[in-house]
Amino acid sequence: MKDDELYFWNGPLPETQAPAPGPVPEPWDETTVVGKPVIRIDAYDRVSGSAQYPSDVRLADMLHAAVLSCPHAHAMVRKVDTSAAEKMPGVRAILKDGDVGTNVPWFAGRGGFSSRLFDPHCRYQGDEVAVVAADTIYQAWDAVRAIKVDYEVLPQVTSVADALKPGAPAVRDGGNAIPPGKPYVRGDVEAGFTSADVVIEHTFTTPCELQNAMELHGCVAKWDGPRLTIWESTQGVFGVQTGVARALNIPLANIRVIGHYMGGGFGAKLSAGKYSVLAPLLARKTGRPVRLFLSREQVCLSMGNRPANTITLKAGVKKDGSLVALQSKTVGSGGAYSEGGTGSVDFVIRELYACPNVQCENANVFTHAGPERPFRAPGHPQGAWALEIMLDALAVKIGMDPIALRLKNVTLVSQTRSGNPKYTSTGFADCLTKGAEAFGWAAARARKPAPSHIRRGVGVAGGMWQGGGGSPPATAIVKLFADGSANLNMGASDIGCGTKTWGAQIVAEELGVPMDRISVEHADTGTTQFATPSGGSKTVPTESPAIRSAAIEVKQQLYAMAAEQLKLPATDLELRGSEVVSKSDATKKVALGQIQAFGRRGLLVGIGYRVPNPPGSVVNPFGVQFAEVEVNTKTGEIKVLRFLAAHDSGRVLNPKMFHNQLIGGITMGIGFGLTEDRVMDDRQLGKLLTVSLHDYKMPTALDAPADKTMVIVDPQDRAFSNTGAKGVGEPATIPTAPAIANAVFNATGLRLTDAPMSPARVLSAIAGQKPAPAGQKRGE
Amino acid sequence: MDHEERDKPAAAAGGVSRRGFITSVGSGAIGVAAASALVQGAPPQAQAEAVKAGDVSPVALTVNGRTHKLLVEARWSLLHVLRDHLGLTGTKVGCERGECGACTVLIDGKARYACMTLAVEADGHDITTVEGLMSGEELGPTQRAFAEEDAFQCGYCTPGQVMAAEGLLRANPSPDLDQIRHGMAGNICRCGAYAHIFKAVAKAADLKRQGR
Repeated sequence: MKDDELYFWNGPLPETQAPAPGPVPEPWDETTVVGKPVIRIDAYDRVSGSAQYPSDVRLADMLHAAVLSCPHAHAMVRKVDTSAAEKMPGVRAILKDGDVGTNVPWFAGRGGFSSRLFDPHCRYQGDEVAVVAADTIYQAWDAVRAIKVDYEVLPQVTSVADALKPGAPAVRDGGNAIPPGKPYVRGDVEAGFTSADVVIEHTFTTPCELQNAMELHGCVAKWDGPRLTIWESTQGVFGVQTGVARALNIPLANIRVIGHYMGGGFGAKLSAGKYSVLAPLLARKTGRPVRLFLSREQVCLSMGNRPANTITLKAGVKKDGSLVALQSKTVGSGGAYSEGGTGSVDFVIRELYACPNVQCENANVFTHAGPERPFRAPGHPQGAWALEIMLDALAVKIGMDPIALRLKNVTLVSQTRSGNPKYTSTGFADCLTKGAEAFGWAAARARKPAPSHIRRGVGVAGGMWQGGGGSPPATAIVKLFADGSANLNMGASDIGCGTKTWGAQIVAEELGVPMDRISVEHADTGTTQFATPSGGSKTVPTESPAIRSAAIEVKQQLYAMAAEQLKLPATDLELRGSEVVSKSDATKKVALGQIQAFGRRGLLVGIGYRVPNPPGSVVNPFGVQFAEVEVNTKTGEIKVLRFLAAHDSGRVLNPKMFHNQLIGGITMGIGFGLTEDRVMDDRQLGKLLTVSLHDYKMPTALDAPADKTMVIVDPQDRAFSNTGAKGVGEPATIPTAPAIANAVFNATGLRLTDAPMSPARVLSAIAGQKPAPAGQKRGE
Repeated sequence: MDHEERDKPAAAAGGVSRRGFITSVGSGAIGVAAASALVQGAPPQAQAEAVKAGDVSPVALTVNGRTHKLLVEARWSLLHVLRDHLGLTGTKVGCERGECGACTVLIDGKARYACMTLAVEADGHDITTVEGLMSGEELGPTQRAFAEEDAFQCGYCTPGQVMAAEGLLRANPSPDLDQIRHGMAGNICRCGAYAHIFKAVAKAADLKRQGR
């Protein structure tokens, strides 16, 4: 992924209507609702069970569908015999390759489509072969099992190392090595290394990580004549709408996609899935609504991953701590169809610290495995794993405190983007110093180790996120009803970050309407305006200014009406609670309910648009995390005791939800650093071994510490948008794993550079052995 | 209740072992003799017979205080019956193999995975789902604590988390942090909101003790 490419959207983004030249609002000074720990506007729905997630949708006469997945890592489908399955009880429709409507191109890339809905050439275990709709889900699975498929099983390769060997089975035409783009170069990296006092080179590895959101992937589809409605578990209803329109060749206006609630995505649910097309095809064939959700096994197999990466990083530093050269070479597991991740591993390496000489190359490799997909901060946790452990090692080598080393290399400009634009703000230095103070860094580092096999240590790591600054397009509509209650209408999905809640907080702040008198209509292509999918930590910075503008637009209309009635200029009026009051004479006022023109109208509608960020500058969020761990040197177990996250995401709209993002990102980072690892049977059949939530180990309540605190670093950056809020979802998970690794080093002197840091690897390191290979390196 | 105990619900709730369950639902024509025999209290070998998919038998499920008389296939999970036959979709599907906890309900007051419980096993038992914690339109104390502590993000695992917490607190009204973490260890939150979940469980304990 290069800077200007968007992983969350296919093709160019639409341009929104030119915004009306309204007044540019002043930044908020004192706030009463924004920035407060308000309880979520939909908390009741989510804890009561009344929230209807797409997988909960139950329609009259609805059929249930199940997909037949290829059981082989590489095979050619010779024949699909559905004759027995068709006669089974309850079976209403079966679709396979060659059936009407199934010739749909799939997987864009390299300038065209490289597969289709049911591609007889199955390139990974989990590739779709057929789909069945039946009266009950049990009958659908019965029929799936009764379909007889004649597979020609072909040689497979699932490890990156094997895929690059001469004579390896070709995953795709043109070879397994995806031609890398031009290397990133600035300065002269060789001259940089020559001028360095200390040079360290090391190879780091990171695991292939599965998104595994709790709600399975799928949708419910229903036709009303030519019009189609889809309830889908998605991060973006408009992406699904365009994907399905293209696949089925039906007008956008005839597809309504609804995604009011959704049970997690983490990047894997940014666009339409094959299920988004299969369910409508089955529904059309049967004339009945169809519900199609994948099984957990199918989600593990097919619904994306963070690619495993091998990163060789060489770094040169002067004795005074100045970084003078950084060079990285990254190889990644693309799976059978590459959709993003490895391409941005180097971003943190080339951007986070001031360094004059940098060279980075990324290469991706096709394997017979599930395709990668964007996963929370694509590439960044991997890049930070290498860079931040390297910084720790450099600090040791030159005898400098790790925080001091980082502070030495803070940059105020983006070195990667052309013209080296300034960041509108960077709180990175404050994150380091204020975080260290709140964490008790100096005292913890000075602590003498206790004579025990349980060792305790602390570590730090920093990070930044390539996105998180927001951009057009965004359109929000705020309606104020005659009784003073309000409705916020926006297209964005609330994927769990509290989008609806902070949106309503902004409306409450501007219009003085209590939160319980605000409703939110969102994530519905039939009733809301276009929004990009919720991803890239850009929902807050993109949508919040549009919402504020819409609310202000309503207020201006209100002032115009009140001005006429009070015979005062509109500029003299302001809203105080439920009254419009004269700024110059507080005795002159009118209650909302008494504004006659408003009463006659009954409804005021304001539309707000997102305007671009100021030219010549860039907007990025930053963060630093501190970990304290215990390492059991007898068992190799690493226990995370506490975490502190100091983050600059600009203005925080709701500290309760902000804290939730941080603790969630840290939990996910603990998985990346300690427990999660997609394991494949590389030597035998190329099958996925971690095919369940028992074998694929996501952090549980026993893995995540209760002691997680935060320091909010708000650099008061109010110029880039009218809310001054940047994103936090992705930054929250970028520095976590290397902070743990550095704490392990502090505790034990063991420099672990392969994630996850399993007990086996810890024990191997203690034994002075080469760390046990895992992940994509297994089978070598 | 600890995690180990939840993994072996047989004795407490009159169920079958996980191994026995997986064996029984593994094929189209299924041998549920073991399951139904246990439910009826007879030795398994006494009535070994194959039950076909599609064959139904009557059960009476008491869910949230209301008794439903239903004809169920022997292989149907309680989760399937709750969601697809009783319309109680508050109980969520996450894995259907006892690994994530999204489907946690109370059976006779104890937290259980509804995906690992056959509907025939639940016959005659008292089942509480997240909808059953409500008092009219009012949230129950555990639900209220989860809302106030922001103990969720996407909210999909939340009904299961709430029921696990409810089961924990009914067994142990004043759990310490370690007991909370162990009691909640059978429920995965991929959004990673555990630290808030721990606070919510402690708060729920407070609210319950105060009788609120």
